[in-house]
Amino acid sequence: MLLALDLPYWAQSLLRVLGGLVAVLLPAGTIVYVFLFKMMSFMQSRLGPMEAGPYGSMQLFAEVGKWLQKEDIMPEKADHSIFRIAPLIVLASTFLLVVVVPFGPDAWFTNFETGVFYALAVSSVSVLGILIAGWSSANKYSLLGGLRAAGQLIAYELPMVLAVVGVVIQAGTMNMQQIVVAQNAGEIFGWNGLGNPYILTQFIGFGVFMIAVQAELTQAPFDMPIAESELVSGYMTEYSGFRFLIFFIAEFATAGVFALIASVLFLGGWGVPFSWFGWHSIGEVSNWMNVVGPLIMFSKMMGLVFLIMWIRFSYPRFREDQLQRFAWKVLIPVSLVNIMLTAVLKVVF
Amino acid sequence: MLAEALVAQNIAFGIIAAVMIVGAFRVVTSDNVVHAALWLVCVLAGAAAQYLLVYAEFVAITQILVYVGAVMVLFLFGVMLTRARIGSESNLNNKNWALGIPVALALFAAMAIALVGGFKDEYLPGPSKAIRIDTQSISDAIFKPYLLPFWALSFVLLVAVIGAIVLARKD
Repeated sequence: MLLALDLPYWAQSLLRVLGGLVAVLLPAGTIVYVFLFKMMSFMQSRLGPMEAGPYGSMQLFAEVGKWLQKEDIMPEKADHSIFRIAPLIVLASTFLLVVVVPFGPDAWFTNFETGVFYALAVSSVSVLGILIAGWSSANKYSLLGGLRAAGQLIAYELPMVLAVVGVVIQAGTMNMQQIVVAQNAGEIFGWNGLGNPYILTQFIGFGVFMIAVQAELTQAPFDMPIAESELVSGYMTEYSGFRFLIFFIAEFATAGVFALIASVLFLGGWGVPFSWFGWHSIGEVSNWMNVVGPLIMFSKMMGLVFLIMWIRFSYPRFREDQLQRFAWKVLIPVSLVNIMLTAVLKVVF
Repeated sequence: MLAEALVAQNIAFGIIAAVMIVGAFRVVTSDNVVHAALWLVCVLAGAAAQYLLVYAEFVAITQILVYVGAVMVLFLFGVMLTRARIGSESNLNNKNWALGIPVALALFAAMAIALVGGFKDEYLPGPSKAIRIDTQSISDAIFKPYLLPFWALSFVLLVAVIGAIVLARKD
């Protein structure tokens, strides 16, 4: 598969597992260091971590080491088995999500016919983990946080699905790889120097999608479920040490994976406009794109995560009623209109 | 030929089916509402895995999206809002639970007869000539002959939604 090597099935599977670990953990680590440690500090006129390694770049390893050493504390009245499973469900949903992202013409984990649909379905599973984490902690703040999270994630899942429908209509396929090809082989009124990244035609969809992603990640201004001034830390209140680390990794890894999916859907994914090198279809794309593609994806992901984090550090929290009203009365109607417009224009052109 | 092609699928089917049966029993025997709901998630996700084994990708993903991601989350949400104690509850079972056994057996018999009778000599093709049912053909199969019933169904849903609002609003 990769670089025209003919590997046996077990070796391919091993490679894919390793690749999946890298694709989840590397963005998560980079996001935490670059944005959470450094960018937030600079926005608040301070330096952030500086002691561990050059410019504090080893801080993350120190933090992970600290969390791993901590005692495994569980509330006595908690539902122990479910308390243990909950963070794993959230992390598993992240790993299942990255499986569908293509990183190059041959550098993919699975090439599902219904890739985008799969991504939306799997991302909705993490709600289950958050909900039972809140319940099993036997703490009323946790339960409140879990319920708020469920209400919010359900409300914002819908605009997210509807925003993707516009892209699917325009590309005529749900396969992630085909969506990338459709954008890079496309042309704008006969001019193919830029391909046709869907952010140009689906900018409404892009806006709705990114807002919904912000809410799905429970990043401020949508951080009602973990509102620290009201609920201590929401559904994560009773979690510490290793289990908190899992929630923490899942949060930032999911931010990375959603940014990857958004860059596939709206920014042209791993590809460069095919006309630059005279390619016409995916079969003609050169092998070196399997190496360059992941780098392109990584830089697009960093750009989108920068946007998410910038908004997170800039805006105050929505109230619960504002949050629900915004989803149901603004985002959903807007994305429905976007679907209608896209469908009409698709038929016209 | 058949044995060679479907060994992996059959083994996976057996394992998932066993998990689903255990899960289904735990749904009705569990003494905690939330545990019962989570076992139900297990059963529904198992059904999705079975769909994947018979190449029905779209149906499998829809099963996850609708049942695990939406229905069960709403279910748990409702249970946790109203009554969800940690630990066991004593009065969860209905007094007439034994009546369920003959009903379940009758349902099982009816479905077994229908399935065995319906697919007598048909087998799935092996992985060498795997069938790929693309989403387009599914939508063609539904929205060409059944467009009108589909619309009618959506009106039923609309009525249910409006009814729920009317019931919930006191003014």
